[in-house]
Amino acid sequence: MSDPGEVHVRLPAALVPLFPDAPRLLTLRAGSVAELMSGLEERWPGMRACLCDETPAVRRHINVFVAGRRAKLDTPLAPGADVYILTAVSGG
Amino acid sequence: MPGISLLVGTRKGAFILRSDEARQDWTVDGPHCQTWPVNHVIGAPDGTIHAAAGNEWFGPAVWTSTDGGKSWTHSSKGLSAPEGAPPIKSAWSLAAGHGRLWCGVEPAGLFRSDDGGETWEHVEGLQRHSSRESWLPGAGGLILHHIVLHPSDPNQVWVAISTAGVFHTADGGRTWEARNRGVRCDYMPEDQRYPETGQCVHGIAMAPGMPNRIYQQNHCGMYRSDDGGRNWESIEAGLPSTFGFPVAAHPRDPERVYLAPLNGDSKGRYMPDARAAVWCSHDAGSTWRDGREGLPQRDAFFNVLRQALATDPLTPAGVYMGTGGGELYASRDEGETWTCVARHLPTITSVETLVSR
Repeated sequence: MSDPGEVHVRLPAALVPLFPDAPRLLTLRAGSVAELMSGLEERWPGMRACLCDETPAVRRHINVFVAGRRAKLDTPLAPGADVYILTAVSGG
Repeated sequence: MPGISLLVGTRKGAFILRSDEARQDWTVDGPHCQTWPVNHVIGAPDGTIHAAAGNEWFGPAVWTSTDGGKSWTHSSKGLSAPEGAPPIKSAWSLAAGHGRLWCGVEPAGLFRSDDGGETWEHVEGLQRHSSRESWLPGAGGLILHHIVLHPSDPNQVWVAISTAGVFHTADGGRTWEARNRGVRCDYMPEDQRYPETGQCVHGIAMAPGMPNRIYQQNHCGMYRSDDGGRNWESIEAGLPSTFGFPVAAHPRDPERVYLAPLNGDSKGRYMPDARAAVWCSHDAGSTWRDGREGLPQRDAFFNVLRQALATDPLTPAGVYMGTGGGELYASRDEGETWTCVARHLPTITSVETLVSR
Protein backbone atom coordinates (compact mmCIF):
# COMPACT_ATOMS: atom_id res chain seq x y z
CA MET A 1 0.00 0.00 0.00
CA SER A 2 1.37 3.42 -0.90
CA ASP A 3 1.85 6.16 1.68
CA PRO A 4 -1.26 8.27 2.24
CA GLY A 5 -1.37 11.61 0.49
CA GLU A 6 -1.63 15.05 1.99
CA VAL A 7 -5.09 16.29 2.95
CA HIS A 8 -6.20 19.76 3.94
CA VAL A 9 -8.04 20.10 7.24
CA ARG A 10 -10.12 22.93 8.69
CA LEU A 11 -10.54 22.74 12.48
CA PRO A 12 -13.57 24.12 14.37
CA ALA A 13 -13.20 27.66 15.70
CA ALA A 14 -14.25 26.56 19.19
CA LEU A 15 -11.60 23.82 19.26
CA VAL A 16 -8.56 25.89 18.37
CA PRO A 17 -8.40 27.97 21.62
CA LEU A 18 -8.15 24.70 23.57
CA PHE A 19 -4.83 23.94 21.87
CA PRO A 20 -2.94 27.23 21.86
CA ASP A 21 -0.57 26.52 18.96
CA ALA A 22 -3.12 24.81 16.70
CA PRO A 23 -4.03 26.63 13.45
CA ARG A 24 -7.48 26.71 11.86
CA LEU A 25 -6.09 25.28 8.62
CA LEU A 26 -3.44 22.63 8.30
CA THR A 27 -2.13 19.97 6.00
CA LEU A 28 -1.14 16.46 7.02
CA ARG A 29 -0.88 12.97 5.58
CA ALA A 30 -3.85 10.66 6.19
CA GLY A 31 -5.60 7.92 4.21
CA SER A 32 -8.79 7.91 6.31
CA VAL A 33 -10.60 10.05 8.86
CA ALA A 34 -9.30 7.73 11.61
CA GLU A 35 -5.72 8.32 10.43
CA LEU A 36 -6.41 12.03 10.31
CA MET A 37 -7.54 11.92 13.96
CA SER A 38 -4.35 10.04 14.88
CA GLY A 39 -2.32 12.71 13.09
CA LEU A 40 -4.06 15.46 15.04
CA GLU A 41 -3.56 13.57 18.31
CA GLU A 42 0.15 13.20 17.55
CA ARG A 43 0.55 16.95 17.08
CA TRP A 44 -1.81 18.06 19.82
CA PRO A 45 -2.27 15.41 22.52
CA GLY A 46 -5.87 15.35 23.70
CA MET A 47 -7.37 16.62 20.45
CA ARG A 48 -8.67 13.23 19.34
CA ALA A 49 -10.63 12.87 22.59
CA CYS A 50 -12.32 16.20 21.83
CA LEU A 51 -13.43 15.00 18.40
CA CYS A 52 -14.00 11.25 18.91
CA ASP A 53 -15.61 9.24 21.70
CA GLU A 54 -14.96 5.78 23.13
CA THR A 55 -17.34 3.98 20.73
CA PRO A 56 -14.98 4.75 18.86
CA ALA A 57 -16.77 7.22 16.61
CA VAL A 58 -16.79 10.87 15.69
CA ARG A 59 -18.54 12.65 18.60
CA ARG A 60 -22.28 13.08 18.26
CA HIS A 61 -22.15 16.86 17.92
CA ILE A 62 -19.07 17.01 15.71
CA ASN A 63 -19.47 16.80 11.95
CA VAL A 64 -16.68 15.76 9.58
CA PHE A 65 -17.35 16.59 5.93
CA VAL A 66 -15.32 15.11 3.09
CA ALA A 67 -16.21 16.03 -0.50
CA GLY A 68 -19.47 17.51 0.72
CA ARG A 69 -20.64 14.42 2.61
CA ARG A 70 -20.68 13.58 6.32
CA ALA A 71 -17.86 11.17 7.00
CA LYS A 72 -17.18 8.49 9.62
CA LEU A 73 -13.88 7.30 11.03
CA ASP A 74 -13.52 4.66 8.30
CA THR A 75 -14.21 7.09 5.45
CA PRO A 76 -11.19 7.00 3.09
CA LEU A 77 -9.40 10.24 2.18
CA ALA A 78 -8.04 10.74 -1.32
CA PRO A 79 -4.81 12.72 -1.73
CA GLY A 80 -5.60 16.41 -1.78
CA ALA A 81 -8.97 15.99 -0.06
CA ASP A 82 -10.48 18.93 1.80
CA VAL A 83 -11.76 17.89 5.24
CA TYR A 84 -14.03 20.18 7.22
CA ILE A 85 -14.40 19.44 10.93
CA LEU A 86 -17.34 21.44 12.27
CA THR A 87 -19.22 21.83 15.51
CA ALA A 88 -22.90 20.98 15.12
CA VAL A 89 -25.66 23.43 15.93
CA SER A 90 -26.22 22.49 19.55
CA GLY A 91 -26.24 24.29 22.83
CA GLY A 92 -28.39 26.81 24.62
CA MET B 1 -5.09 39.99 55.22
CA PRO B 2 -6.82 36.82 54.10
CA GLY B 3 -8.70 36.93 50.84
CA ILE B 4 -11.62 34.76 49.92
CA SER B 5 -12.69 33.48 46.53
CA LEU B 6 -16.05 32.01 45.65
CA LEU B 7 -15.56 29.38 42.95
CA VAL B 8 -18.75 29.29 40.93
CA GLY B 9 -19.67 26.73 38.27
CA THR B 10 -22.30 27.79 35.73
CA ARG B 11 -23.85 26.49 32.55
CA LYS B 12 -21.65 28.97 30.67
CA GLY B 13 -18.25 28.83 32.28
CA ALA B 14 -16.64 29.23 35.70
CA PHE B 15 -16.70 32.51 37.61
CA ILE B 16 -14.58 33.64 40.55
CA LEU B 17 -15.87 36.21 43.03
CA ARG B 18 -13.26 37.78 45.27
CA SER B 19 -13.39 39.72 48.51
CA ASP B 20 -11.30 40.40 51.59
CA GLU B 21 -12.02 38.98 55.03
CA ALA B 22 -14.82 41.49 55.58
CA ARG B 23 -16.75 39.84 52.73
CA GLN B 24 -18.63 43.05 52.06
CA ASP B 25 -17.53 44.02 48.56
CA TRP B 26 -17.11 41.44 45.84
CA THR B 27 -15.67 41.51 42.34
CA VAL B 28 -16.86 39.13 39.63
CA ASP B 29 -14.28 37.58 37.32
CA GLY B 30 -15.28 35.38 34.39
CA PRO B 31 -16.45 33.51 32.49
CA HIS B 32 -13.50 31.14 32.53
CA CYS B 33 -13.03 27.75 30.83
CA GLN B 34 -14.07 29.00 27.36
CA THR B 35 -17.69 29.23 28.57
CA TRP B 36 -17.94 25.44 28.72
CA PRO B 37 -20.75 24.13 30.93
CA VAL B 38 -18.99 23.77 34.28
CA ASN B 39 -20.51 21.49 36.91
CA HIS B 40 -18.11 21.97 39.83
CA VAL B 41 -15.15 24.18 40.73
CA ILE B 42 -12.92 23.46 43.72
CA GLY B 43 -9.82 24.84 45.36
CA ALA B 44 -7.26 22.16 46.20
CA PRO B 45 -5.32 22.39 49.49
CA ASP B 46 -2.38 23.94 47.59
CA GLY B 47 -4.59 26.68 46.11
CA THR B 48 -4.85 25.16 42.63
CA ILE B 49 -8.30 25.61 41.12
CA HIS B 50 -9.93 22.75 39.21
CA ALA B 51 -13.17 22.87 37.22
CA ALA B 52 -15.15 19.80 36.14
CA ALA B 53 -16.83 20.41 32.83
CA GLY B 54 -18.43 18.82 29.83
CA ASN B 55 -19.08 20.26 26.43
CA GLU B 56 -21.71 18.94 23.99
CA TRP B 57 -19.14 19.12 21.21
CA PHE B 58 -15.89 18.02 22.81
CA GLY B 59 -16.89 15.85 25.78
CA PRO B 60 -15.53 15.90 29.34
CA ALA B 61 -12.53 17.78 30.67
CA VAL B 62 -11.09 19.01 33.92
CA TRP B 63 -9.73 22.55 33.69
CA THR B 64 -6.90 23.62 35.99
CA SER B 65 -5.49 27.00 37.03
CA THR B 66 -2.38 27.34 39.19
CA ASP B 67 -2.42 31.15 39.19
CA GLY B 68 -5.74 31.90 40.81
CA GLY B 69 -7.74 31.81 37.60
CA LYS B 70 -5.56 34.00 35.36
CA SER B 71 -4.69 31.15 33.02
CA TRP B 72 -6.14 27.68 32.52
CA THR B 73 -5.18 24.34 31.03
CA HIS B 74 -7.51 21.44 30.41
CA SER B 75 -7.17 17.69 30.21
CA SER B 76 -9.31 14.70 29.43
CA LYS B 77 -6.37 12.30 29.15
CA GLY B 78 -7.59 9.01 30.59
CA LEU B 79 -11.01 10.50 31.33
CA SER B 80 -12.69 7.97 29.08
CA ALA B 81 -14.69 4.79 29.33
CA PRO B 82 -13.34 1.49 28.01
CA GLU B 83 -13.72 1.21 24.21
CA GLY B 84 -17.29 0.27 23.34
CA ALA B 85 -18.76 1.47 26.66
CA PRO B 86 -21.17 4.42 26.70
CA PRO B 87 -19.05 7.56 26.16
CA ILE B 88 -18.37 9.87 29.10
CA LYS B 89 -20.43 13.01 28.54
CA SER B 90 -19.25 15.30 31.26
CA ALA B 91 -17.13 15.71 34.37
CA TRP B 92 -19.44 16.42 37.29
CA SER B 93 -17.71 16.55 40.64
CA LEU B 94 -14.27 16.96 42.15
CA ALA B 95 -12.50 16.39 45.46
CA ALA B 96 -8.87 16.97 46.37
CA GLY B 97 -6.99 15.61 49.35
CA HIS B 98 -4.10 13.42 50.46
CA GLY B 99 -2.22 14.47 47.29
CA ARG B 100 -4.85 13.04 44.99
CA LEU B 101 -7.61 14.50 42.84
CA TRP B 102 -10.90 12.64 42.30
CA CYS B 103 -13.44 13.28 39.55
CA GLY B 104 -16.99 11.97 39.19
CA VAL B 105 -18.50 11.77 35.72
CA GLU B 106 -21.65 11.10 33.71
CA PRO B 107 -22.56 8.29 33.13
CA ALA B 108 -21.77 7.52 36.75
CA GLY B 109 -18.12 6.70 37.19
CA LEU B 110 -15.10 7.78 39.19
CA PHE B 111 -11.57 8.73 38.13
CA ARG B 112 -8.48 9.72 40.08
CA SER B 113 -5.40 11.72 39.24
CA ASP B 114 -2.07 11.65 41.04
CA ASP B 115 -0.51 14.40 38.89
CA GLY B 116 -2.82 17.30 39.62
CA GLY B 117 -5.33 16.58 36.87
CA GLU B 118 -2.97 16.10 33.92
CA THR B 119 -3.83 12.42 33.51
CA TRP B 120 -6.68 10.33 34.89
CA GLU B 121 -7.12 6.70 35.91
CA HIS B 122 -10.50 4.97 35.96
CA VAL B 123 -11.59 3.62 39.35
CA GLU B 124 -12.91 0.37 37.90
CA GLY B 125 -13.94 -1.11 41.24
CA LEU B 126 -17.04 1.08 41.40
CA GLN B 127 -18.29 -0.34 38.09
CA ARG B 128 -17.93 -3.85 39.52
CA HIS B 129 -20.48 -3.22 42.29
CA SER B 130 -23.18 -5.86 42.07
CA SER B 131 -25.90 -3.22 41.69
CA ARG B 132 -24.27 -1.51 38.67
CA GLU B 133 -26.74 -2.87 36.10
CA SER B 134 -29.67 -1.42 38.03
CA TRP B 135 -28.42 2.19 38.23
CA LEU B 136 -30.85 4.50 36.44
CA PRO B 137 -30.50 8.12 35.34
CA GLY B 138 -32.51 10.78 37.14
CA ALA B 139 -33.67 14.00 35.50
CA GLY B 140 -30.10 15.28 35.58
CA GLY B 141 -28.69 12.09 34.05
CA LEU B 142 -26.84 9.15 35.63
CA ILE B 143 -24.31 11.28 37.45
CA LEU B 144 -21.73 10.87 40.19
CA HIS B 145 -22.21 14.28 41.75
CA HIS B 146 -20.56 14.19 45.18
CA ILE B 147 -17.23 12.86 46.40
CA VAL B 148 -16.42 13.07 50.12
CA LEU B 149 -12.94 12.23 51.37
CA HIS B 150 -12.06 11.00 54.83
CA PRO B 151 -9.96 13.71 56.52
CA SER B 152 -7.21 11.36 57.75
CA ASP B 153 -7.62 8.02 55.94
CA PRO B 154 -6.80 8.37 52.22
CA ASN B 155 -8.38 5.00 51.45
CA GLN B 156 -11.87 5.99 52.58
CA VAL B 157 -14.12 7.75 50.06
CA TRP B 158 -17.87 8.24 49.85
CA VAL B 159 -19.60 8.97 46.54
CA ALA B 160 -23.20 9.91 45.76
CA ILE B 161 -24.85 8.81 42.53
CA SER B 162 -28.23 9.76 41.06
CA THR B 163 -30.00 7.45 40.93
CA ALA B 164 -28.10 4.71 42.73
CA GLY B 165 -27.37 6.06 46.21
CA VAL B 166 -24.33 6.43 48.44
CA PHE B 167 -21.34 4.09 48.16
CA HIS B 168 -18.23 3.83 50.33
CA THR B 169 -14.79 2.38 49.79
CA ALA B 170 -12.32 1.60 52.55
CA ASP B 171 -9.56 0.37 50.22
CA GLY B 172 -8.92 3.33 47.95
CA GLY B 173 -11.59 2.40 45.40
CA ARG B 174 -10.93 -1.30 44.82
CA THR B 175 -14.18 -2.42 46.43
CA TRP B 176 -17.34 -0.50 47.31
CA GLU B 177 -20.23 -0.99 49.71
CA ALA B 178 -23.72 0.50 49.27
CA ARG B 179 -24.66 2.70 52.24
CA ASN B 180 -28.33 3.53 51.94
CA ARG B 181 -30.03 1.73 54.84
CA GLY B 182 -32.91 3.81 56.14
CA VAL B 183 -33.16 6.07 53.08
CA ARG B 184 -36.62 6.10 51.51
CA CYS B 185 -37.59 5.79 47.85
CA ASP B 186 -41.08 7.33 47.61
CA TYR B 187 -41.13 6.59 43.88
CA MET B 188 -41.01 2.80 44.41
CA PRO B 189 -43.93 0.44 45.17
CA GLU B 190 -44.90 0.53 48.86
CA ASP B 191 -43.21 -2.74 49.79
CA GLN B 192 -39.94 -1.76 48.05
CA ARG B 193 -39.33 1.68 49.51
CA TYR B 194 -36.10 0.83 51.35
CA PRO B 195 -33.93 -1.01 48.80
CA GLU B 196 -30.20 -1.59 49.17
CA THR B 197 -29.50 0.75 46.24
CA GLY B 198 -31.47 2.95 43.87
CA GLN B 199 -31.92 5.91 46.21
CA CYS B 200 -32.02 9.35 44.64
CA VAL B 201 -29.38 11.09 46.73
CA HIS B 202 -28.99 14.77 45.88
CA GLY B 203 -26.22 15.89 48.21
CA ILE B 204 -23.95 14.64 51.01
CA ALA B 205 -21.74 16.60 53.40
CA MET B 206 -19.43 15.42 56.18
CA ALA B 207 -19.59 17.11 59.59
CA PRO B 208 -16.32 18.78 60.61
CA GLY B 209 -14.25 16.73 63.03
CA MET B 210 -16.71 13.82 62.88
CA PRO B 211 -15.91 11.70 59.83
CA ASN B 212 -18.65 9.24 60.70
CA ARG B 213 -21.33 11.93 60.63
CA ILE B 214 -22.71 12.56 57.16
CA TYR B 215 -25.72 14.65 56.25
CA GLN B 216 -27.76 13.77 53.17
CA GLN B 217 -30.34 15.74 51.23
CA ASN B 218 -32.28 13.21 49.21
CA HIS B 219 -35.03 13.51 46.62
CA CYS B 220 -37.16 11.91 49.34
CA GLY B 221 -36.22 13.48 52.64
CA MET B 222 -33.33 14.73 54.73
CA TYR B 223 -31.10 12.33 56.63
CA ARG B 224 -28.18 12.05 59.03
CA SER B 225 -25.84 9.12 59.59
CA ASP B 226 -23.55 8.84 62.58
CA ASP B 227 -21.87 5.63 61.42
CA GLY B 228 -20.32 6.60 58.11
CA GLY B 229 -23.50 6.03 56.12
CA ARG B 230 -24.25 2.47 57.24
CA ASN B 231 -27.54 3.63 58.78
CA TRP B 232 -29.47 6.80 58.08
CA GLU B 233 -32.03 8.53 60.28
CA SER B 234 -34.67 10.90 58.93
CA ILE B 235 -34.22 14.47 60.15
CA GLU B 236 -36.83 16.07 57.92
CA ALA B 237 -39.36 16.97 60.65
CA GLY B 238 -39.65 20.75 60.86
CA LEU B 239 -38.58 21.41 57.28
CA PRO B 240 -41.00 23.00 54.78
CA SER B 241 -40.45 20.19 52.29
CA THR B 242 -38.81 16.79 51.99
CA PHE B 243 -37.33 17.85 48.64
CA GLY B 244 -34.21 19.84 47.92
CA PHE B 245 -30.84 19.48 46.29
CA PRO B 246 -27.84 20.79 48.26
CA VAL B 247 -26.56 20.35 51.80
CA ALA B 248 -23.61 22.17 53.38
CA ALA B 249 -21.88 21.53 56.68
CA HIS B 250 -20.68 24.24 59.04
CA PRO B 251 -16.86 24.54 58.97
CA ARG B 252 -16.42 23.90 62.73
CA ASP B 253 -19.68 22.84 64.38
CA PRO B 254 -20.71 19.25 63.55
CA GLU B 255 -24.23 19.92 64.87
CA ARG B 256 -24.87 22.66 62.35
CA VAL B 257 -26.02 22.02 58.78
CA TYR B 258 -27.53 24.15 56.01
CA LEU B 259 -30.16 23.31 53.37
CA ALA B 260 -32.08 25.04 50.61
CA PRO B 261 -35.36 23.07 50.46
CA LEU B 262 -37.57 23.44 47.38
CA ASN B 263 -41.33 23.16 47.34
CA GLY B 264 -41.50 19.57 46.07
CA ASP B 265 -40.49 17.33 43.20
CA SER B 266 -43.78 17.68 41.32
CA LYS B 267 -44.70 21.26 42.23
CA GLY B 268 -42.17 23.21 40.16
CA ARG B 269 -39.07 22.75 42.31
CA TYR B 270 -38.73 26.35 43.44
CA MET B 271 -38.55 28.06 46.83
CA PRO B 272 -41.51 27.10 49.07
CA ASP B 273 -44.32 29.67 48.61
CA ALA B 274 -41.89 31.49 46.27
CA ARG B 275 -40.19 32.95 49.38
CA ALA B 276 -36.47 32.23 49.56
CA ALA B 277 -34.82 30.82 52.66
CA VAL B 278 -31.79 28.83 53.72
CA TRP B 279 -32.67 26.46 56.54
CA CYS B 280 -30.25 25.64 59.33
CA SER B 281 -30.19 23.18 62.19
CA HIS B 282 -28.02 23.83 65.25
CA ASP B 283 -28.72 20.41 66.77
CA ALA B 284 -27.84 17.92 64.02
CA GLY B 285 -31.30 17.97 62.51
CA SER B 286 -33.57 17.78 65.59
CA THR B 287 -34.93 21.27 64.95
CA TRP B 288 -34.74 23.66 62.00
CA ARG B 289 -35.02 27.37 61.49
CA ASP B 290 -35.10 29.53 58.40
CA GLY B 291 -32.74 32.37 57.57
CA ARG B 292 -34.45 34.68 55.10
CA GLU B 293 -33.53 38.28 55.94
CA GLY B 294 -32.17 39.81 52.75
CA LEU B 295 -33.45 36.99 50.52
CA PRO B 296 -36.40 37.68 48.19
CA GLN B 297 -39.71 37.09 49.98
CA ARG B 298 -41.95 37.15 46.94
CA ASP B 299 -41.78 35.78 43.39
CA ALA B 300 -38.71 33.62 44.12
CA PHE B 301 -39.30 30.93 41.51
CA PHE B 302 -35.69 29.75 41.38
CA ASN B 303 -34.07 26.50 42.38
CA VAL B 304 -30.72 25.76 44.00
CA LEU B 305 -28.87 22.84 42.46
CA ARG B 306 -26.94 19.97 44.07
CA GLN B 307 -23.57 21.61 44.56
CA ALA B 308 -24.68 25.24 44.84
CA LEU B 309 -24.60 25.77 48.64
CA ALA B 310 -21.32 26.28 50.50
CA THR B 311 -19.75 27.58 53.69
CA ASP B 312 -16.41 29.28 54.24
CA PRO B 313 -13.99 28.61 57.15
CA LEU B 314 -13.82 32.22 58.40
CA THR B 315 -15.27 33.44 61.73
CA PRO B 316 -18.18 33.88 61.73
CA ALA B 317 -18.68 31.39 58.93
CA GLY B 318 -19.92 32.62 55.57
CA VAL B 319 -22.70 30.79 53.77
CA TYR B 320 -23.25 31.07 50.01
CA MET B 321 -26.14 30.05 47.76
CA GLY B 322 -26.16 30.09 43.95
CA THR B 323 -29.49 29.94 42.15
CA GLY B 324 -30.74 28.51 38.90
CA GLY B 325 -31.58 32.10 37.97
CA GLY B 326 -27.95 33.17 38.21
CA GLU B 327 -28.00 35.06 41.51
CA LEU B 328 -25.39 34.46 44.16
CA TYR B 329 -26.45 35.22 47.73
CA ALA B 330 -23.94 35.55 50.57
CA SER B 331 -24.27 35.56 54.33
CA ARG B 332 -21.33 36.61 56.51
CA ASP B 333 -23.13 35.87 59.79
CA GLU B 334 -23.64 32.10 59.56
CA GLY B 335 -26.84 32.27 57.54
CA GLU B 336 -28.82 34.83 59.55
CA THR B 337 -28.82 37.68 57.00
CA TRP B 338 -28.12 37.67 53.30
CA THR B 339 -27.07 39.96 50.46
CA CYS B 340 -27.06 39.38 46.71
CA VAL B 341 -23.43 39.62 45.56
CA ALA B 342 -23.94 38.74 41.87
CA ARG B 343 -26.95 38.63 39.63
CA HIS B 344 -27.57 37.81 35.95
CA LEU B 345 -24.95 35.05 35.92
CA PRO B 346 -25.81 31.93 33.90
CA THR B 347 -27.55 29.12 35.79
CA ILE B 348 -25.32 28.34 38.77
CA THR B 349 -24.43 24.68 39.16
CA SER B 350 -21.97 24.87 42.05
CA VAL B 351 -20.38 27.10 44.67
CA GLU B 352 -17.24 26.40 46.70
CA THR B 353 -14.98 28.65 48.76
CA LEU B 354 -11.22 29.12 48.76
CA VAL B 355 -9.45 31.19 51.43
CA SER B 356 -5.93 32.47 50.86
CA ARG B 357 -3.96 33.48 53.95
